[in-house]
Amino acid sequence: EKLALKKKRRKEREALGDKAPPKAIPKTIENQRVYDETTVDPNDEEVAFDEATDEFAPYFNRQTVPKILITTSDRPRGRTVRFCEQLSTVIPNSHVYYRRGLALKKIIPQCIARDFTDLIVINEDRKIPNGLVLSHLPDGPTAHFRMSSVRLRKEIKPTEHVPEVILNNFTTRLGHSVGRMFAALFPHDPQFIGRQVATFHNQRDYIFFRFHRYIFKSEKKVGIQELGPRFTLKLRSLQKGTFDSKFGEYEWIHKRREMDTSRRKFHL
Amino acid sequence: GRCYLYMKTIERAAFPRRLWERVLLSKNYEKALEEIDENLIYWPRFIRHKCKQRFTKITQYLIRIRKLTLKRQRKIVPLRRKIERREKRREEKALVAAQLDNAIEKELLERLKQDTYGDIYNFPIHAFDKALQQQEAESESESDAEKEEEDEEDVDQREFVEADDSDISDFEDMDKLETSSEEEEEEVEKKASRSKPKGKTPLKGPARRKRPYIEIEYEEETEPSAKTKAA
Repeated sequence: EKLALKKKRRKEREALGDKAPPKAIPKTIENQRVYDETTVDPNDEEVAFDEATDEFAPYFNRQTVPKILITTSDRPRGRTVRFCEQLSTVIPNSHVYYRRGLALKKIIPQCIARDFTDLIVINEDRKIPNGLVLSHLPDGPTAHFRMSSVRLRKEIKPTEHVPEVILNNFTTRLGHSVGRMFAALFPHDPQFIGRQVATFHNQRDYIFFRFHRYIFKSEKKVGIQELGPRFTLKLRSLQKGTFDSKFGEYEWIHKRREMDTSRRKFHL
Repeated sequence: GRCYLYMKTIERAAFPRRLWERVLLSKNYEKALEEIDENLIYWPRFIRHKCKQRFTKITQYLIRIRKLTLKRQRKIVPLRRKIERREKRREEKALVAAQLDNAIEKELLERLKQDTYGDIYNFPIHAFDKALQQQEAESESESDAEKEEEDEEDVDQREFVEADDSDISDFEDMDKLETSSEEEEEEVEKKASRSKPKGKTPLKGPARRKRPYIEIEYEEETEPSAKTKAA
């Protein structure tokens, strides 16, 4: 029955010729998205001012070079360990340290003393990594993500060049700050000889991470080859200061009852 | 956690409330053992021994509890199955909607257009078309510029290719891409050259001389990798 309707409509359009009404755009969730008032306008002054003065300013002014510490929760199992290693090859200037029962609050002052800029903690459950805590160290925001569908790398290894970073679809204020957190992980000057790109793509509040190698086959065509691990993140909470579960000041928490009700409302 | 000693006397079985007698044991481990002994004085030896063993175990686990509460506690949060399924489903749909490969390719092409990569990538066809389509009065200066560009191109491309020689394994995979693209390039180039015979021959002269040179370069470079593939 639908097919019949479609055929009829197409015939009508062809019959009308030039006077036909414009083609109907299919409704997608992205089209129907509830308008979020905190959407960032690229020309927004307030946002630009905020960015210049918040915790990432030294990074974006190229005063600090990112140095990252990757660690896990207690007793990491095989998959998590391998994932940590692969992550450390993907992100330049990163070190993996194992944690044998050390409290995070005690690690943080030590990290600051040793000049680390970011801390990544991968939480594990039943032998697979399922959570990620990313905190910018000198008193920066802490983001807690839920990690799902982790795929480890197969065979091809990335080189030691600094990759480029692509951040897609981070529209709202919250998304903007999260995006800048991700950008602060990578050094500022990508080496284009390396032809590697790390992508953080936000779609409906899920952030997909991919790591590719690209070549330009011609002016209009580019070929990409996936290498490196892939995972998806969902933001659970964002804290103002460094990691502190009890006394920290939360900027944003995902409240399931309130925020998951509408299918067309997204926050990132 | 303090320990108590409870004693049951069968004579009092009729009164359940008064069935058990309670004695508070001291905190000191050895003193408590003595107290057990003196309280259970007329009881069989086996029972006394077992009671003391139990008491030892209890004190040990109390000590462990106290130590653990001082360390970090792991909070166990229950997963809700319905919510988890919902999230999984939404993630899959988001993945499909995202079309990551296309998005990444578009982004890269845009960056190429906006010249963020500088002069590393030079595509002779497009530059050539642009040059022809723009003002013809500037053709001479442009041809000079193009000669220079193409000189740089040779050098850059030579560097480009040599840098990649180190990862031959990558090259083997990319080989298919590159050979096919290179074939396309050749075909397109030939077509372009054929379709513009009416164009300026003086312009074309140096360009044409340069182009087959470039093509030969590519072919040479891909041959050894092809050989390694066969081997």
